Amino acid sequence: MMETTTSKNTNTNTIGLSRADYRGAPSTLCQGCGHNSISSQIVAACYELNIRPENIIKFSGIGCSSKSPTYFLNRSFGFNGLHGRMPSLAQGAMFANIHMKGLGVSGDGDTASIGMGQFKHLARRNAPMVYIVENNGVYGLTKGQFSATAEDGLVLKKQGTNSYLPVDICMEALVTNASFVARGFAGDPKQLKNLLKAAFSHVGLAVLDIISPCVTFHNKENSFHSYQWGKENEIALHDITFVPAKEEITIEDFEPGSTKEVELHDGSMVILKKLDQDYDPTNRVEALRVLEEAEHNNTMLTGLLYVEPCAKTMFDRYDLPDEPLNRMPNERLRPAPESMDKINRMLFLK
Amino acid sequence: MSQKNETKDVSSVTKVAPIINDFCITFGTVNGSGSATANTTLMRAFFQMGIPVAGKNIFPSNIQGLPTWYTLRLSKKGYLARVEHDDIVVAMNPATIEKEMEFLVPGGVLFYADNIKFEKTRDDLIYYPMPVKKIIKEVDISPSLRDYVANMVYVGIVAQMLGVDLNIIKNALIFHFKEKTKPVDINMEVITLAADWAKENLEKQDRYFVEPMDKTTGWIMADGNTAGAIGALYGGVQFTSWYPITPASSLAESVHEFEPVLRRDPQTGKETSVIVQAEDELSAIGMAIGAGWAGLRSMTSTSGPGISLMTEYLGLAYYSEVPVVVWNVQRVGPSTGLPTRTAQGDLTFSYFLGHGDADFIMLFPGSVNECFEFGWKSFDIAERLQAPIFVISDLDLGMNEWMTPKLEYPNQPMDRGKVLWEEDLEAFAEKMKTSYGRYKDVDGDGIPYRTVVGNTHPLAPYFTRGTGHDEYAYYTEDPVAWEKGMERIKKKYETAKQYTPKPEIFTEENASIGIITAGSTHFAVEEARDILAENGVKSDYLRLRSIPFHDEVYDFIRNHDRVYIVEANRDGQLKQILTINIPECAMQLRKVAKVDGLPLSAKWITEQILQQEEK
Repeated sequence: MMETTTSKNTNTNTIGLSRADYRGAPSTLCQGCGHNSISSQIVAACYELNIRPENIIKFSGIGCSSKSPTYFLNRSFGFNGLHGRMPSLAQGAMFANIHMKGLGVSGDGDTASIGMGQFKHLARRNAPMVYIVENNGVYGLTKGQFSATAEDGLVLKKQGTNSYLPVDICMEALVTNASFVARGFAGDPKQLKNLLKAAFSHVGLAVLDIISPCVTFHNKENSFHSYQWGKENEIALHDITFVPAKEEITIEDFEPGSTKEVELHDGSMVILKKLDQDYDPTNRVEALRVLEEAEHNNTMLTGLLYVEPCAKTMFDRYDLPDEPLNRMPNERLRPAPESMDKINRMLFLK
Repeated sequence: MSQKNETKDVSSVTKVAPIINDFCITFGTVNGSGSATANTTLMRAFFQMGIPVAGKNIFPSNIQGLPTWYTLRLSKKGYLARVEHDDIVVAMNPATIEKEMEFLVPGGVLFYADNIKFEKTRDDLIYYPMPVKKIIKEVDISPSLRDYVANMVYVGIVAQMLGVDLNIIKNALIFHFKEKTKPVDINMEVITLAADWAKENLEKQDRYFVEPMDKTTGWIMADGNTAGAIGALYGGVQFTSWYPITPASSLAESVHEFEPVLRRDPQTGKETSVIVQAEDELSAIGMAIGAGWAGLRSMTSTSGPGISLMTEYLGLAYYSEVPVVVWNVQRVGPSTGLPTRTAQGDLTFSYFLGHGDADFIMLFPGSVNECFEFGWKSFDIAERLQAPIFVISDLDLGMNEWMTPKLEYPNQPMDRGKVLWEEDLEAFAEKMKTSYGRYKDVDGDGIPYRTVVGNTHPLAPYFTRGTGHDEYAYYTEDPVAWEKGMERIKKKYETAKQYTPKPEIFTEENASIGIITAGSTHFAVEEARDILAENGVKSDYLRLRSIPFHDEVYDFIRNHDRVYIVEANRDGQLKQILTINIPECAMQLRKVAKVDGLPLSAKWITEQILQQEEK
């Protein structure tokens, strides 16, 4: 489904599509909403990865985040499901054609509250799709209630003070054996695009928890989910570079000894350039530890936290034909008439 | 009571003619004791003898240790409904023997394990002790297996006393154990020992006998859940998501069991049908709707509580027009209710399901055979109408083993409905003289055309949503667009009648009343009509097979001054639905409704109707 390089011609990629071919309808979200920058990076990542939009199926739940799939990839099918229940919809739909890539967009209310159960079971089954949580700590579409990722002590205009502890979506994903877990920040588009590219190339569930400030109801300077706090307190685990399969890695770009390469299942490489610490993204316990430490230090850790490139996916548990199930002709779906007698005999035919 | 009296009374009732192939046996056992094999074996033996037989399992919501009953009704006339009395009781459970005695008819028979201490309070019964422990001790098997084969003692003794050939019993066991000789031999050893013991030690005093008949040729034995699952596989089901719930679990489990037998791709040998056990019913329906939307023949199976959880997604499927089949194998509610007992209590719930205006198409299989038929047909209807379809069964039909005419291969080709692929879209505008829009009523039947994922034509992709949308699937809050869309979907509900099964109508000359029922209550109604006729009340009968109602249903009601609606719920739910659909005839409709967890009996239905007819 993917080809390798972007074209020398800057107006189209190697499959001859322009950026416009990846766009959607104009956004109706607020000016400056973090979700809009995420939409832009989804367009950029898919364009640069030369993915055919027809090969993506978009899914979402309910909330501001879940409206966003109309704002990118017009040429993809999409289904806007129920609040917190997009994962089930996606898992069923993806069996129709196992060669297509799922792209789910959810929010912190949609995933960490009503949808926690489905999110966990999606991770457990390792359905091969990109699962983005546009995380702003607040319910936007219902005008400013606390979400389950809002930090303890957060004060919002109408709601007063939040007195409950927040859910950390990356930690939840990690303990449920998600095979790809990353955290991004809508205010860091360069890193975000590379994380998205790696996520699209991962064969399995790629959970991307993206801190995406809500400019209308929750953009307080001292809060975890704001642009300003994010910019001041974001600590990237590494500089992340994504090299598609078949593209040559020019190693001189990277200082020897300071990088870690992870080969994804489709042959592409994620190159992580060391910043101030050695980090092994294939160690789940280490991922949990650095998240715990970041929380303690009041910082926002971003980057690829964990990846298990060859984990068994939902499809690997079945022996499915290569050809899409939804194109299979009727005569291969209805058993032959001769079988009826055998069945009747199995049912004690007299 | 004195022995003398007992003897006298017994002889007075047993002097009457022998009763052949027309009685009811109840086995009182403890659940988890392996009695199912024993009971099924006897049932199969009677069936093999050509005697019409119906089995009903009355079991508790428990895995081991509580009382459970299995009733076999033999009926030379072919009646398969529950009866309220027993002719023969086989008592293996000390805790329930006294209660079981009460249900026996005068002249009835009580077989009892001889270790049970109880007072023989009735002198109009025949008592046969069964030395279960003694016989089991003679069999050379490990002590751990003894309890499991103990029930075979009553198989042997009952077979001997009724006159069943042990070879027929053996054939039933060979079938049960799928030709594995060891378990067949062990069980047959017990059965033979027990039969021999009975031959030598029990004197036949009762009047019950079996004799071979020829009333089961061309019939099979199956439960409705198994038949429904096999039907689904013949219907080309490609995706089944489910969550365990009594009494629906065995439907999805049977899809799983028969999928390898029936659904390996003839070209590649690979699987053509996917089964996912979901984390709950919220997810089961989400998956099924996702698959249905993406172009797969998709289903889920559940019971009342599961439908509650599925409600919101079904509303979305209704409005976004996604085909999906939902089996509701009903049990007694509300709440957890009586989860192992039968009812038809989800009729108004399914009819009014969801918020906003919505109508759901409901199919009512009235036999195991029809569970199979609706199993495949429901996909044709769902895909043709692009709508959720309920197949409404119940525990009695779904979990009990019934004799039913053998399954017939589908007599219609698969109907995949109005799905457009690349070449269809290419030709669409010219052929239809209009542009393609996902929710456009091109044909005037309310059913739009649809595309599914993987279709690469530029016109194919659309964003499906539960929010307001126009004919081209674009988001809109426009009042006209909303109303137009909803009116079109209503039209589709009318169109549905061309595709859904029509009612079956049975008439009698000079009938004075009409009777309507749907689902498993059919069997009791069928029998009740005969008893009513014997009592001078002739009836016409309409067996409803689907909602929305066909004109035949309205005509039937109009043509009868009094129409009795028979159903297994408290409030007369089918009567309520009929009333709002034909209000001008509301006073003609009479309620005959009851739910106590047991299948309705012909006796009760007859009494209710005779009472209201003042006969």
